[in-house]
Amino acid sequence: MHELSIAMSILDVVEEESARHGDGRVAAVHLKLGPLSGVMRDSLLAAFDLAREETPLKDCQLLIEEIPIVVYCPACEMERSVVSIQNMCCAVCGCPTPQVLKGREMEVCAMELCQ
Amino acid sequence: MKMRPRLVEVRQRVLKQNDLIARELRQRFLDSGIYVVSLVSSPGSGKTAFLERTLSLARQKYRTAALVGDLATDNDAVRLARSQAPVKQITTGTVCHLEAEMIRNALDGWMDPQLELLFIENVGNLVCPSSYDLGENLRLVLMSVTEGEDKPLKYPTIYNTADVAIITKTDLAVAVEFDAAMAHTNIHAVRPGMEILDISVKSGQGMENWMRLLESHITEARAAHAGKETQSTGAVE
Repeated sequence: MHELSIAMSILDVVEEESARHGDGRVAAVHLKLGPLSGVMRDSLLAAFDLAREETPLKDCQLLIEEIPIVVYCPACEMERSVVSIQNMCCAVCGCPTPQVLKGREMEVCAMELCQ
Repeated sequence: MKMRPRLVEVRQRVLKQNDLIARELRQRFLDSGIYVVSLVSSPGSGKTAFLERTLSLARQKYRTAALVGDLATDNDAVRLARSQAPVKQITTGTVCHLEAEMIRNALDGWMDPQLELLFIENVGNLVCPSSYDLGENLRLVLMSVTEGEDKPLKYPTIYNTADVAIITKTDLAVAVEFDAAMAHTNIHAVRPGMEILDISVKSGQGMENWMRLLESHITEARAAHAGKETQSTGAVE
């Protein structure tokens, strides 16, 4: 539902960052997206298609890299993946843990510029 | 020949703007000694009734006010004003969540400088509010017994970004065959160790526990702030 405003924020970031790198055309933007970001991948792609229309970034592709959830497991004393987003337990030993280290990301990590 | 595009590293959070404003708000609340609690839930889970009762109880002890987000009407603000605490409506129009900037704008010229406790009621929505930091100290997620025990499994992200879960309308639990133990298990599956309170605003059951929990969080935040102040004064001397 809020994917359109997220898509517009991505375009803002791209415009700001591309201006700092000269006036090249931005062919693509790379986004890291965690399952705990509150944003659905497919909805965001659809919203991005709409948001880029009639802007200087109308040909810019959105490439989404989905980041898995990583937690700190107090039993294993190390970083682990979880069983699932519905079951936030260490995938190795099954210990429940609320310490999320990765998975909330919603970050523009790179752009492809054509000069 | 077509040129290969050049890859440029960026590393920029998409909601950078919101996060910056939220950070500024958090600092402002800290400096002014205001503890901020936000509420999220699906529509109809009893946020407003819960908040109305909370405001009446909390204002006996703290200078309390509330901001309330709503898509179109001011019905909730009118209801909350019955508690006699200052209440301000944020009409979001088509926007399905509150953002930090809306909070900043709403506080401009309205915030009582002596304020101690501020509640922010988000728009009824379990998806979008999870992405936006509002500068709050404590985020409550509410679910009513009529929504079913599996609500947390359907919306894990909002539970994961909240601090305390409140199960409301427990006076209806028997009528709807609500399995409280299952609900607690599901909440803890998506957010291990989360504090959970079972509350009926109608009968008042659980409200005392909630006020105790709130007080302990406020006391803890004040102690942490006072500790820092002493430390920094010590450093100057």
